[in-house]
Amino acid sequence: MNAYMPYVLCMILFSIGVYAILAKRNIIKIILGVVIAEYAGNLFLILVAYKAGGRSAIFSETQVILPDSMVDPLPHALVLTSIVIGLATTAFLIALAIRLYGKYGTFDITRMRELRG
Amino acid sequence: MIELYVLLGLMIAGAVIAIEVKNLLSAVIAVGIVGLALSIIFLLLKAPDVALTQIVVEIVAVILLIRATLHREIALKSCGTRPFGAFMGILFLGLAVVAAIVTFNSLAPFGAPLMTVSQFYPMNAITGTGAINVVSSIILDYRAYDTLGEATVLFTAVIGVLTVMRSVGKKKEEDVQENHE
Amino acid sequence: MSKEHDRGMTVIVKTVTRLTVGLILLYGIYIILHGHLTPGGGFAGGVIIALAFINLDLAFGGGVSAKIFSKGKTSVVEALGAVMFLTLALLGMKYGGFFDNFLHPDGSAGQLVSAGIIPLENIAISLKVGAGLFGIFLTLIVLQKFESEKK
Repeated sequence: MNAYMPYVLCMILFSIGVYAILAKRNIIKIILGVVIAEYAGNLFLILVAYKAGGRSAIFSETQVILPDSMVDPLPHALVLTSIVIGLATTAFLIALAIRLYGKYGTFDITRMRELRG
Repeated sequence: MIELYVLLGLMIAGAVIAIEVKNLLSAVIAVGIVGLALSIIFLLLKAPDVALTQIVVEIVAVILLIRATLHREIALKSCGTRPFGAFMGILFLGLAVVAAIVTFNSLAPFGAPLMTVSQFYPMNAITGTGAINVVSSIILDYRAYDTLGEATVLFTAVIGVLTVMRSVGKKKEEDVQENHE
Repeated sequence: MSKEHDRGMTVIVKTVTRLTVGLILLYGIYIILHGHLTPGGGFAGGVIIALAFINLDLAFGGGVSAKIFSKGKTSVVEALGAVMFLTLALLGMKYGGFFDNFLHPDGSAGQLVSAGIIPLENIAISLKVGAGLFGIFLTLIVLQKFESEKK
């Protein structure tokens, strides 16, 4: 079980984020839950890519580096794009939250249902 | 790898604080701690490109969250949980965690990736593209379609923010609010 | 509340910002241009350049960066990055395929001028990401403040 312990901790972090999305009433808390779940997803991909004793995926001019000693570079490339997309979607969620606050005057989603505009 | 577990524990503690604390400003700062710990974990796992991107993106995200929402004169208190959502969330997330733990046994163990497909990239990066940074050669040469898709999503998000925040329909909204008051 | 933000932060913060904002900008340009040699690349460098302008605005307040870089200019620069990226991709069609590395690497890996079109693509991506994020910042924060002042 010990070999899978980082994956389990990563899954716990993901479920904390999803719990915030499901259970919280404040929109800011829901946005924070989305951000945490997204971090956990990125972290899982990087954890899968790690090779014990490996080195980062950059060659050098002056010393010889064997390709076998590198960590897996493919998930790094995917996560690199995913992080920037995550920031853009977070900004979009913030814009929606500001708009909702301007319309209803509250961040509480249960009170938004009662006020009908 | 004891420092990895320490940082993962710090991330989980920061996430719990961010979800459960009453003050919204404290919650945003706790999420900042989670992001910075994540950046250090990326550095420990030998992913310096991702760590650099994560740390700057985290700073921008915290600035946006604090300045865009919390500088107004609103109550900084959060408003509690929905009991039904909390119950169902805990129930299903417990099931999901158990299922995930069973599923993890079929993955390659931590520290020994399979790399049957991705062994190609370090082998051929220098002769194929001339870039000594393998990650850069993947995102801009071998898999540039991913980057094109990312650019499309970013463009759509910017257009979406501009559309949502434009102030043409401002007058109508004020009328609606006055009616309610 | 809004008046307090207009004046910006204290004189210490303003002086330090005046001294360091150029260095931050220079660091972002370094990260972009060395994207094929060292960690970093277009994504991180673009966000760092956007952060330099955001830093200026946070320290001095009152939409200083909006005067340097207005919303229209931001849109133009972002579109320029997208067009540059797509042009590089389409030029590859002539030599073999979409996104073909048509400036063939000549074996001098590790030099600043190497790796074919990858540095050019890095510059295009950084223009797109930096201008896009700075546009989001302007829309969400600076222009909102102006609107609330008008009321």
